[in-house]
Formats: sequence, C-alpha cells, structure tokens
Amino acid sequence: MPKTHITMKVNGSEVEGLAEPRTLLVHFLREQAQLTGTHIGCETSHCGACTIDIDGMSVKSCTMLAVQANGCEITTIEGMANADGTLSPLQEGFRMMHGLQCGFCTPGMILRAHRLLRENPSPTEAEIRAGISGNICRCTGYQNIVKAIQYAAAKINGVEFQEAAE
Amino acid sequence: MNDLTPTREQREAALEGMGCRRKRVEDIRFTQGKGNYVDDVKLPGMLHGDFVRSPHAHARVKAIHTEEALKVPGVLAVITAETLKTVNLAWMPTLAGDVQMVLADGKVLFQNQEVAFVVATDRYAADDGVSKVVVEYEPLPVLVDPFKAMDPDAPVLREDLAGKTTGAHGPRKHHNHIFEWSVGDKELTDAAFKKADVTIKEMISYHRTHPSPLETCQCVCSFDKIKGELTIWGTFQAPHVIRTVVSLIAKIPEQKIHVIAPDIGGGFGNKVGAYPGYICAAVASIVTGKPVKWVEDRIENLTATAFARDYHMTTEIAATKDGKVTGLRVHVLADHGGFDACADPSKWPAGFFNIVTGSYDFPVAHLSVDGVYTNKAPGGVAYRCSFRVTEAAYCIERGMDILAQKLGMDPAELRLKNFVKPEQFPYHSALGWEYDSGDYHTAMRKMMESVDYAGLRKEQAEKRAAFQRGETREIMGIGVSFFTEIVGAGPSKNCDILGIAMFDSCEIRLHPTGAGIARMGTKSQGQGHETTWAQIIASEIGIPADNIMVEEGNTDTAPYGLGTYGSRSTPVAGAAIAMAARKIKAKAQMIAAYKLEVHEDDLEWDIDGFRVKGLPEKVMSMKDICWAAYNSVPPGMEPGLEAVSYYDPPNMTYPFGAYLCVMDIDVDTGVYKVRRFYALDDCGTRINPMIIEGQIHGGLTEAFAIAMGQEIRYDAEGNVVTGSFMDFFMPTAVETPHWETDFTVTPSPHHPIGAKGVGESPNVGGVPAFSNAVNDAFSFLGATHIQMPHDFWRNWQAAKNLGVVA
Ligand code: FES
Ligand code: FES
Repeated sequence: MPKTHITMKVNGSEVEGLAEPRTLLVHFLREQAQLTGTHIGCETSHCGACTIDIDGMSVKSCTMLAVQANGCEITTIEGMANADGTLSPLQEGFRMMHGLQCGFCTPGMILRAHRLLRENPSPTEAEIRAGISGNICRCTGYQNIVKAIQYAAAKINGVEFQEAAE
Repeated sequence: MNDLTPTREQREAALEGMGCRRKRVEDIRFTQGKGNYVDDVKLPGMLHGDFVRSPHAHARVKAIHTEEALKVPGVLAVITAETLKTVNLAWMPTLAGDVQMVLADGKVLFQNQEVAFVVATDRYAADDGVSKVVVEYEPLPVLVDPFKAMDPDAPVLREDLAGKTTGAHGPRKHHNHIFEWSVGDKELTDAAFKKADVTIKEMISYHRTHPSPLETCQCVCSFDKIKGELTIWGTFQAPHVIRTVVSLIAKIPEQKIHVIAPDIGGGFGNKVGAYPGYICAAVASIVTGKPVKWVEDRIENLTATAFARDYHMTTEIAATKDGKVTGLRVHVLADHGGFDACADPSKWPAGFFNIVTGSYDFPVAHLSVDGVYTNKAPGGVAYRCSFRVTEAAYCIERGMDILAQKLGMDPAELRLKNFVKPEQFPYHSALGWEYDSGDYHTAMRKMMESVDYAGLRKEQAEKRAAFQRGETREIMGIGVSFFTEIVGAGPSKNCDILGIAMFDSCEIRLHPTGAGIARMGTKSQGQGHETTWAQIIASEIGIPADNIMVEEGNTDTAPYGLGTYGSRSTPVAGAAIAMAARKIKAKAQMIAAYKLEVHEDDLEWDIDGFRVKGLPEKVMSMKDICWAAYNSVPPGMEPGLEAVSYYDPPNMTYPFGAYLCVMDIDVDTGVYKVRRFYALDDCGTRINPMIIEGQIHGGLTEAFAIAMGQEIRYDAEGNVVTGSFMDFFMPTAVETPHWETDFTVTPSPHHPIGAKGVGESPNVGGVPAFSNAVNDAFSFLGATHIQMPHDFWRNWQAAKNLGVVA
C-alpha cells in the first residue's frame, strides 16, 4: 500500500515517518517513533491504554489514523517527566498513592489525568471518576488512582494533600 | 554511644523491611512508559504472525486454500495443521492430561479456533493475508448446553477420542465425558442426610467468565539455526514450565531454550497455559529463520484463550433444627469446552474444589464432579483464585445463606455457630485438607462490629416494612460472606504440573559493598515482587531493601521455579527467600565471629548486624560482613556470600476473611447501588500493607465485575456474543464501588515468616458477598436463589418473577 510522509511534534521533538493511510496512530508511535510507552489493550477504543494528548485533547491513539495526526502536537507518557528528569506530580502521585500494579494502563491513565487536571484543576472524587471512565484498569480497583490524581491536583495547586478517611 | 548513633527504630526504618508500606520500585519505570512488555520487544528482521480463525463452533474443515494469501505483498508463509504435522506439532498436550489441536486438524470445535497462521513482514500485511485464506467448512451440529453433553444423541465432539473409555482421570461414561472425580465418604454423607432435621438443595451455577488482563497474550520467538537455540519472550506466568514444555514437545534440548518473561500487563491466570500462538510463532521462526512476533487482539483473547468457571453445582446441606450443619453433598457439572485445558495440578481434575466445606466444621461431606466437552473455547483457568476455590467458596457461601433462610436464622449467626473453632487447628476437613491456622470467630465479630451489623439489619427490617406498605420501591440487601482460601501450591506430595513438583526457589547473592541481587522462580504480573521480595530479605539479613535488586522471568539466570498464579508466590517463594536469607545469615554469623574474635554462640542478631552478647559496642554490621566475605573469611571457608533455596512447603496455607456488602436495588429498574463494601482479610504476616490493600481493591473490583455482570455467553449456534469490551462488562471508575479494608493477623505456623498469600482472597470472598447481597435483598419476597451475574436486567427480571413488578 502506498505510504504518505507525515511529520508531527511528539514530546517537543519533530518526528517524521511513512505511514499507510490505514496505519493507526498508536502503531505509528510505537513502531516508527519507537515510543513504546503508549500501550495497546483493545485496539477498539474501549480500554484507554493508548490514550495520548493531541493538540490539547485526550485521544485514544488506536482511534485515529497516523495520517490524521500529520502536523499535530502530541504528548505521550515519555514526555510527562519534569524537565530535570524527576517524576512530575501525576507520576509521583501514582507512585505515592499506589495507583498502579502491572502498570499497563498507567501511561494512558496519566495522560488522561493530565488533560483532566487542565480542564478542571480541582476535581471532586466523582468528577475524577467520570473523567477517567474511558480508561480501564484491571488491577487497582481505581480507588488509589483517584487518590493519585487528587495528590497531583493538590501538588499542582500548591495545597497540602489530605488523604480522605477510609 | 554518641547522640548521632541511629536509634533502633531508625535503623529498622532504614531497612524498609516487612510490615513497611514501602513504595514500589517498579513504579519508577512504569510511570514513565519505560516498562518493557512483550510487544515492546523488536528484533531485526522480525516478522509478524496472525491467525485465520473459525467462524463456526463445530465444523469439518474440507480444505484450506492459501494460494491467494501467499500472493499478498509481505506474506511469507501460511502454516496449517499439515505443516505442523511435519514437525509433529499438530497437537499439543494440555496441562490437564488432554491433547489440543494447535491448528484445526480435520475439524473445528469452537468459534474462533485457530485454523491457519499467516506470517508476514508486519501486522497489517499479516492481516491482509488472513483475509485472503479461504477455508471450506461443512457445519456440524453444535453442542452448547453442558447439561445436554451426555445425552445419548449428543453430537460426537472429540473424534480423536473415539472408543477411548478411559481418560486422564479414570473411566469416561460417554463420548463427551472427560472425567469423573469424587472425594469424601458417600455412605456416611447419605446417612447424615437421612437423619437430618433440615436439608436444602439448590442448583448453584457459577457462569463462564474471563480473566482478560489489560495486556493480551503475546510472544516473540527467535530461532538461531547456527546455535540451534530458541529464545522466546512471552507473557508467561510460569516461564520455567514453558521452557520445559517447549523442550519436551519441540525436542529442543532444554538448555538451548531461553524463555524470558519481561514486564507483564496483568495475568490473573490467563497467562499460565500454553496457546497455539506460542507454538505457531516458534514453528514459524524455525521455518523462516527470522524472529516472529504474535500479538493477540482483544477479541481473540476473550474468545479463544482460557476462560474461567462454568461450574454448575448441585448443592445440598443437612443440618439440625437449631442450625448445626451435619453434612454436605455437592455434584458439579463442569463445562470445559472443546479440550480439557484446565490449569490444575496433575492430581486434581477439579483443582482444589474439595475445599468446598469452606470455613465450617462439616462432620461428613461428599463431592463429585463430571467434566464434559462442549463447543466452547477450552481452558478452565484459576482466574484470580487457587484452582477452583472461587467456585467452592461461592457454592458453600450461597448454600449457607439458603440454609439460614430456611431455618429463619441470621446468616452471620449461622456462620458463627458452624465455624471451625480456633482450638481445632490444625483442622482436618471432611474432604481431606489440613487447615494450618485460623481464628474465624474473631474475624467475623470484628467485621460485624465495624459495620454495625445489628444496626444494618434493623434498618433493613424497617425498609422492608416500608416496601410492604408501598412507601418505597427500593429493597436493601446485606451480603455476608466468610471464606477460607487454600493457596500456596504446593507441597510436592500434593501438587505437580506435568510431573514437575510445585516447589519454588530463590537465589540471593550479596556483593562486597553490601548490595545484592535476588533471583526468583516466580514472575510478577503486577503483584510488586521487586518491592516485597527485597523487604523480606531486608528483615531477614539487615540489608536495606533498596540495596537488593530482584530479578525474575529469565530462565537463563533464575533458579527453576513454578511461577506465579494461585496466590502461590508468597507462601512458596516467599518462604524460599527467607530460607536462602537464613543460609546467608548463618555464614555471616561465622564470619562475624571470626572478625570479632568470639565464639559464634556469643553473638546475637540485632536488626542489621551481629552484636557480642553483653558487649553492646562490639558489633559488626551486615554491610561490613559483606566486605569481609570477599577478603577475610575464616581459614578454610569459601569466600562469597550467596545462597539458593528450593522450598517445598510442608502444607498449603489457608488465608481467610469476612466480607460484607450493603446494596440497594430499585425493583422497577433493577438498578443497584453498592452502598458499602467492607473486606476484612487475614493473610497471616503482612509484608507490605500498601500492596496488600491494593491487591484487595483490585480483587474486589474483579469480583464485582463477575458477580454483577461479566459473563462469556454463547448463542445456540455457539457464537460468542460477548467478544469485546462493548458487551463484556469491564467496570470503570464510575461504577466501581468504594472499598473499605481491614485485617486480623493469624500467622501460618509452618511458613518461615508466617505469611499466607492474599492476592486472590478478595475475588474468592467478594463474589459471594455481592451475590448474597442481591439474594438477601430479594429473600423477603420469597426468592431462595437467583443466578449470577446480577446485572440490572436480571434484577428487574427477578423482581418481575417474584411478582413485585408488573
Ligand atoms: S488500545 Fe486504544 S482504547 Fe484500547
Ligand atoms: S495497573 Fe494493571 S491494568 Fe491498571
């Protein structure tokens, strides 16, 4: 199948490559851009493991064709750490609050939470749960993921994180 | 000692040993997208394989035409059963003593069965190739209902077994019969039923479900023709066993097979067995001389890899009129699909289902199980449980509630009355197990107090009265469950897989600087082994957990072990770690005695080193001993500080717990709301409470899914109607309830550190708690048993059947 030349900005760097019209963005990122942090759990837009940030929106990258992302600005999990290489508030929150087990859903969860906190910097528990409802986690039961996001929100907002009583 | 000397507490805290909520070391890479899962493995020249699958549940394969597929750009080969026959791999042994087609040989037995394997330069080309393979099928009559499997005119499914009257576990009664297994004393049990004041009998089904970890099953196989070596990266819960099995069936010497299980995105039992994809990728690599990757998609995972449950349990309990149980009789009809590919220890055709007497002191019991073939996917894995203990716990916990209802007793009171008493441990159950330790009454009472059980029942009585008066359309259910798990497979006297005894192993090497590496026969799929194993070592030998690197999953470097499933890692490998550490400590003591110039017996262990008794300032830290082990050991002693332990446990371990679920159901819509869920677990010694709580949250979420909606369903033609996350219920953060956790600690008396294992308990105890809550809600309207899963529609249907909605 003929291939199209595409370029996009991923985590601040130019990425270019050839993609068939039918190539899914998640495959392009994983196979061509060699960014394997974005995971595949279903390839049918149901699990959220492949969630990335495109031009300020959370997108399931198995839902989009690579050619559609031509010229876009993308953030993947590989672009989430602080500039000095330390864990960003969300990454730290997931670790501190034990918001992951196998870690397979984690990149998608973090990317979704990243956009959620931009949309709503101080979400309630219900808003967080609704906000991440496109992302499935098989291991954690979500409770600690919610806490991880609350932790990050507190940190970003410069307030003290208060763990809600059990 | 000056003020700067750390206190005991500070020294202890610095180790981050057992009992510490140590943050996970794995998370550093996982939160940055730097995990290394199988699909991340890329090798030069790597090809990609994809399956042609059967649209039919039962059909003869008349012909497979591959010519057009081979013309597709990028397609290099199409492998069929005929190809596999040339290397004797058309059929493979299952873990349950059966054989299974790798690729359809003559006919197919379930929908989406593997028919041909297309190998191409990338996954898109492989998919193009798959679409061009033409298979001629002749449909055959389909058998879906296990209750009809042994009808005289039932279609013959397994033609390869024609005329075979004995199977792996004894006589076969019918051409679709796999095995019959019975345990317990039938005569005494029948007698107990004859003289019982009260009996109950109910058909309790545990529907077919699926573990569906977020990462599907996958592998990369790379055969090096020059060296004759095969390297396999795969999603394997038991990498060493995979290597042995591959060696046995592919006739490649075991040392020339390298199995690597990198990071795994959840397993839950789905990644224990061997699937056709692994065999086909290996054969394809041998045939093409190139590495071959096989990645399953979600539909394939849900429809063709190991399912769970599908047990239909006719349950009878005999009791006195004041509620003392006197006998248990259970018959199970087990639907195993097209091949018996259960993942069970060899001697247990129905796994540990004979833990079905649960937490109760049944004087006599009898259990029998019949396994049958149907046109469904094969498997029968221990999905987040220890070999059918989930089914057993569901059976007895539903049974006890039904008995309580019949006796007009409170379900919690009935349980308290029948629990095995603390003084009865070690307790010999009527079906042959020896429970190591337990204190069920304390756990149950703590649960009842924590949730104000009496208050809840009072509220329920008021709500029921209000419902009867027509003031509300909402009913309230209180689901009590109490479970005893059986984990830690296993003692080699009880357990083996394909003849390999189920021990586990650990090798610890300490280096001169006081840092070290521990290698294990287990393989984490998210359980946090890299974190907790180091904590055990820290407590045992006084080296900070941060200084110990834990490595698993590489058969070249790790000692042989049986892997991670059935909550066996802590009970078996956890013990191996402690034993290896103790060997090191014993040598360290000799080195310290030599260096401090005292007799070994004059030394005492003190958190992170040895101290001369009575001379508190004469100490030698473990760190210093490590250095000394490489330059000044006592004369005649070998240098170095390392040890390996292969631990064969003397018994299983028996964690337990008391769970409670409060649920409100709107009878007009069937919509339920889990108002409260409380889980008290006793898993013996707690290594990392943070990880334990996380595992409980995860297990409860899976239990919630199973009890409240998740099911693999087939239509009458054998089509899977729940083959994607569209129609297979995967709870999201919105519907998942909030979890309350609690604990008691009753250490295992035979485990070196007293730990029992916990990962599966919440699934085992959770499902009956949810189901009992639904059943309890409807019980005052006359229901005795409503089958799972309890989704909105079925709740509404139940209300309709009971005549409360029109
Ligand atoms: S892989 Fe994209 S949503 Fe599941
Ligand atoms: S941590 Fe395993 S799927 Fe979320």
